[in-house]
Amino acid sequence: MSPEIWGVLIATFVACVVEMVEATTIVMAMGFTRGWRSALAGTAAALGALAVVTATAGYALTVWLPEAALQLVIGTLLLIFGLQWLRKAILRSSGRKSVHDEDAIYRDEVEAARAAGTSSGAGLDMFGFMVSFKGVFLEGMEVVFIVLTFGLNAHDIPAAALAAAAAVLVVLIAALAARRPLSMINENLLKYGVALLLSSFGTFWAVEGTGIFRESRASIEWPGNDLMIPVLIVVWLVLSRVYVRSLRHPRPARQAVIAGEARKARST
Amino acid sequence: MRLLKSFGRFWYDFVIGDDWKIATAVVVALALTVLLVLTTSLSDHVLAVLGGSAIVLAFAVSLAIDVRGGNRS
Repeated sequence: MSPEIWGVLIATFVACVVEMVEATTIVMAMGFTRGWRSALAGTAAALGALAVVTATAGYALTVWLPEAALQLVIGTLLLIFGLQWLRKAILRSSGRKSVHDEDAIYRDEVEAARAAGTSSGAGLDMFGFMVSFKGVFLEGMEVVFIVLTFGLNAHDIPAAALAAAAAVLVVLIAALAARRPLSMINENLLKYGVALLLSSFGTFWAVEGTGIFRESRASIEWPGNDLMIPVLIVVWLVLSRVYVRSLRHPRPARQAVIAGEARKARST
Repeated sequence: MRLLKSFGRFWYDFVIGDDWKIATAVVVALALTVLLVLTTSLSDHVLAVLGGSAIVLAFAVSLAIDVRGGNRS
């Protein structure tokens, strides 16, 4: 298999696991407090809506855009998306942003579900239905986006969809077995890994896509072609580790000031 | 109108996220790459390396500005 297909499988699977863990927390909170019928109906409706979005957007993008333009559009979006995740991963790893806590989110959701009044329609509890629908749809949109971008660029949407489906299955089995939020999964580390993959593939494709502005409309070729992708992963990893290290500790200048102030205080 | 506003808000949050500087950095870096593509006769390999470096540098600068602003949440 080519590095592109491996990238498709790994990035889609891991990103989907992360998003599905978050969605599962919301659905479980609704299921245990507002009833499983409404929570599962909301989940099914969201999955249906996501399938329609994937099919429509996938068809439109492949039919309307030439390859280099597709690479530029998809690469740019993927890059912005990946770098947002990378920024959060750097801030979390360096202690500048609170880490994602599924147990805390679950408690908040349960509290909100208990405080909400009753509103029913079509035999369903509308609060449980809507919160589950929104949670699964919003988290799922990120997965759809990753499936489409990776799948279209590797000309293999089925592989991306298969990886996403495998991730949904794994999370569902884990949730059924645990019967509680899947806080044992190190989501922050997984997100960091996905961020590196999205940023690297995004950089690769976005730069390739700038070739659309040439007369020939041909994509720009990287030295070594696909072999540049692992190199880009290393570049983003090194940059992020440098940032984590420098943000984790106070700056030397500030440390010197603090030490100076302490010496002054001792001598007086 | 409210629906349109929420629709726009959803896509803004989805694509741009909570730090607009990153999206700006990516667009600026790619615009510079396009400029090189249009105005120079550099080889593909050089253009790709310069474009990739511009993206990495732009992100590094945007994050530096972000943390200088005292990001802590």
